[in-house]
Amino acid sequence: MQEYLLMIVAAMFINNIVLIRFMGNCPVVGVTSSFESAVGMGAAVVFVATMAGTTCWIIQRTILDVLGIEYLQTLVFILVIAALVQFVEIVMQKVAPPLYRALGIFLPLITTNCMVFGVAVLNIKEDHSFMETLVFSLASAVGFGLVLVFMAGLRERMDATGRVPRPLKGVPITLITAGMMGLSFAGLLGMV
Amino acid sequence: MAARIVAEFTKGFWKEIAPLRFALGICPALAVSTKVESALGMGMAVVFVLCMSNVLISAVRNFVPDKVRIAVFISIIATGVVIVELVMQAYFYPLFLVLGIWIPLIVVNCIVLGRAEAFARKNPVILSLSDGLGMGLGFTLSLVVISSLREILGAGSWLGMMVMPEGYPGFGFLLRPPGAFVIFGLILGAMNVISAKIEKKTV
Repeated sequence: MQEYLLMIVAAMFINNIVLIRFMGNCPVVGVTSSFESAVGMGAAVVFVATMAGTTCWIIQRTILDVLGIEYLQTLVFILVIAALVQFVEIVMQKVAPPLYRALGIFLPLITTNCMVFGVAVLNIKEDHSFMETLVFSLASAVGFGLVLVFMAGLRERMDATGRVPRPLKGVPITLITAGMMGLSFAGLLGMV
Repeated sequence: MAARIVAEFTKGFWKEIAPLRFALGICPALAVSTKVESALGMGMAVVFVLCMSNVLISAVRNFVPDKVRIAVFISIIATGVVIVELVMQAYFYPLFLVLGIWIPLIVVNCIVLGRAEAFARKNPVILSLSDGLGMGLGFTLSLVVISSLREILGAGSWLGMMVMPEGYPGFGFLLRPPGAFVIFGLILGAMNVISAKIEKKTV
């Protein structure tokens, strides 16, 4: 139990997927100009990344490893993720229309979110068991969502005060803020 | 035609340089830019994948139905990435170890799919090739700029050679992940200032 707790803290904060591992930066820059879309994107990624992580793990262990075709990993994973996103979109549209209306526009973007793919590959690279895969994917995605929401909140404040130097407006200041956030997250290093 | 080919090639270096202008492909630009050497390796890998995918996608552009185009594009790109992965593992093993997970992650690099969607599916093969080459080299250029700053200021060396005076303490913050974000943001800011100056002159 304790090792899972450590894993959650490590994946969410200390080795945060966005700030320390540099994955999924495009949405952090792209969709954090408003708070609602950041929450929507975060929720959609948590959902898809967890499903993709576990599905890819199962496929790797039961098909690719058994047949000795590990070199196809990249090709298979990205197709699995693309299919999964499409599938989630269709199911959500039928089963939960309100949820679809809230998250729908973010779903196609997720296919090329390097964070989803990266988590799937990291699970295999670090030899996680099935439970570890589930926990790691979920915690990493929650870490991603947290950064997205924090960043959106900070940006709304910054835009409201309007005291950002003109050349740094928009993307540059977002990146610098992300750097500062990464520093404070790294401060949690002593916890584990 | 020749002028058009040159124009598509050169736009990737300043006017539409992808990571710096559109914030596309910033994840690898941040991750593999601690050393100039790994930045160059990553850049070359992206140049190859981008040229290959642009040429193939533009060659099949008239046969692929619109509805399944993304799936087709991604399969083509993934094939290119698998080729790079295997070649690097066989012939450039140290580089393969340094770049690690970032080689498979070229699949989801926004620049590659972005160029396929925005350019290669609408233009003939030869223009797509020059577009891919220009964009890929522009990506490499931005990586080299970022990694040069980080390596020179952070470690005092460039491409592994010491360039700073003896006993340079090194600005270790730049070599750590948060430093990458900060220096990237500052480069973007500097670029905005330079662009504004150029615009003022031409107007």
